[in-house]
Amino acid sequence: MAKRLSVVDNDLCVGCQCCMFACARRFAEGGLAKSCIHVQSAGGIDKGFVVVVCRACPDPPCARVCPTDALLPREGGGVHLDHDECIGCGNCVEACPFGAIQWDGEQNKPRVCVYCGYCAPHCPYGVLALEELEEAPHDRG
Amino acid sequence: MTVDKLLERVLYVDLDRRSFHVEQRPELFEEAIGGTGVAIRLLNEECPEGADPMGPDNPMIMTVGPMVGLYPLASKTVAMFKSPHTGNLGESHAGGRSAVALRMAGYGALVVRGISNMPVYLVINEQGVEFRDASALWGMRSSYTVGSVLREREAGSGLRSIMRIGRAGERGVTYACVITETFRHFGRLGLGTVWGNKGLKALVVHGKQSLPVADRRAYRRTYDDIFETLTESSLMQKYHELGTAMNVLPLNEMGALPTKNLQTARFEGAEAISGENLAEKYLGRRVACAHCPVACIHLATLRTPYPSEPYFYKTQMVGYDHEPIFATGSMLGLDEVNGMLTLLDEIEVQGLDAMSAGVSLAWATEMLERELISLDDTDGVAFTWGDAEAYIEGAQKIVTQPTDFYKALARGVDHASSIYGGQDAALAFGGNEMPGYHTGPGCHVGYLAGARHSHLDNAGYSVDQKVAQKGNGMTPSELAETLLEEERWRQVLTSLVICLFSRNVYDPDTVVRALEPLGFATTESELRDIGARILREKYAFKEREGFVMDDLRIPDRITQTISPLGHVDPAYVREALEAYRKGL
Ligand code: SF4
Ligand code: SF4
Repeated sequence: MAKRLSVVDNDLCVGCQCCMFACARRFAEGGLAKSCIHVQSAGGIDKGFVVVVCRACPDPPCARVCPTDALLPREGGGVHLDHDECIGCGNCVEACPFGAIQWDGEQNKPRVCVYCGYCAPHCPYGVLALEELEEAPHDRG
Repeated sequence: MTVDKLLERVLYVDLDRRSFHVEQRPELFEEAIGGTGVAIRLLNEECPEGADPMGPDNPMIMTVGPMVGLYPLASKTVAMFKSPHTGNLGESHAGGRSAVALRMAGYGALVVRGISNMPVYLVINEQGVEFRDASALWGMRSSYTVGSVLREREAGSGLRSIMRIGRAGERGVTYACVITETFRHFGRLGLGTVWGNKGLKALVVHGKQSLPVADRRAYRRTYDDIFETLTESSLMQKYHELGTAMNVLPLNEMGALPTKNLQTARFEGAEAISGENLAEKYLGRRVACAHCPVACIHLATLRTPYPSEPYFYKTQMVGYDHEPIFATGSMLGLDEVNGMLTLLDEIEVQGLDAMSAGVSLAWATEMLERELISLDDTDGVAFTWGDAEAYIEGAQKIVTQPTDFYKALARGVDHASSIYGGQDAALAFGGNEMPGYHTGPGCHVGYLAGARHSHLDNAGYSVDQKVAQKGNGMTPSELAETLLEEERWRQVLTSLVICLFSRNVYDPDTVVRALEPLGFATTESELRDIGARILREKYAFKEREGFVMDDLRIPDRITQTISPLGHVDPAYVREALEAYRKGL
């Protein structure tokens, strides 16, 4: 079964960025250039935070706008990025209604979640979990 | 030591000419690590002897360190400048997103020179600096609004730091702070005053770089070890649950909570302003600095009814910590929580250092009681212990300065008492108003001798508490040596810009282990030597600018009000200070 990263509860998020740094650490480096997950305040820190990450759409709009088919729909939902095919046009970033595609300015390539779950245990407050994609796509939260 | 290419980049900004450039300064970071160590070097380079803190020669320096963006809790920015409050070394630290943002924008240090001929704010990112007109933001009533305007207008949501000053900084209150991410502060010694004087209203910093490491496998392993220790340690729980406000009750119980201008060290209203009560009844949200799993920042919900309209409320979040609670609660005899939070909120709005503001208002209250000042001086405000409304008005008037008295109070209690009398009750140490501990001689020697006259320099309050537990006192020179050793090691931590709350996790061993995969091969003793040298450099700057240990004023009040370790003996304090000076 395909998996996706689910945001269990934004209200538990303290905005620590530990997930963002964890995602970049998949490549055994520091910083944030390679991170696929983004956390921002909901209009000021006093209002709490929103976690933005790929939701693994069953019919991903980002894949449709990719001129080179570098973003391939994954079975069960979500996409797979073929770095070699990507020409760095940024169409996918525009197409994602959640703003879940990050941009790696150093490589001039998008950064999309690969649903590996590495970030989840690095969230100290249980905001993130890797979940199986089972239910009918339209019932998804 | 080797250094990564991003860290060694120093961004120089010239406000006179509205220009900037970057210099690679590897030697700075190799010799002095980052943070405090690099900042004092840059201050020495930039600040001419005898520079007027309010003149164009006073530089504004900010530094981060090698572990920022690579390890958790390496989350502080160190600011250095000549303090308009004390006329000497100005050093202030803050977290929020400031450190990670500066590092991610690709800089290890920022130096701001000169004075702008009109209000500006700067946007700093990977491309450099943009100068923006801030004249419409200048004079705005609330620092919160400045933050929200910039949040709407500028890019980098989630990655950026928005640092700004309030009107206190614009109007030359010498203890104006710089606010970052709404709830964190470069609180002490008047960084906000320096900005205001430079015409610098705000900094927006953001970026998103990658930071390669020398040993990838060791890096990931060490990271996970540290992360696990941090998240499983009691530190995490302690600071996350109640936050620093957990100190209020224990300090009160031992008779160490400065109350009503330290006329006493026990507060009958301590229960109400305790971390426990605040967490239970007011806590609305907990948030974290960038790259910190602890999330110690506690925000209380303040619900204020509108007088004109029934069932209409304004709901705000107000940040609280031990120090602001002491300064606006016990120190002012204020145990009505809504009142205390409203006062804290006003202090935020104005951009004042909560500690210096609270201590100044406490001193003014006592002066009014003792009739050393009159209602004419206070512009009709009848400061009375526990009267929040009077203190809110007082905080505003410190900024607007309608009388000579407020003009004096806007420069702190040392200065005001030199004009109006009441020096015995003027609780400033080296010119800086006191923190929230009256634990014994250790804390006071610590405030006096510490290079930035802060309780965080050497944690004298914690030495006192250990002495109290063990029951055997220290000689003045033992005390001095203990404080010195702590202050030296803290130079290492603050050069790595590791949050001091995690000092027990980042012990010397762990620090050495964490630096290794980054390509910094070092040893504990090498680090300790660097720490000692940095402290000497800071002291050399202080002495160059006229600091004399012997001239430090010991406020009589600390010797009159009993502490958990009995009456503090001024002769003992002098001896310890002398030993400290020699030990340096
Ligand atoms: S699941 Fe993996 S790729 Fe997706 S955000 Fe988390 S760490 Fe990054
Ligand atoms: S690690 Fe968890 S709490 Fe921290 S920012 Fe990410 S989702 Fe929020």
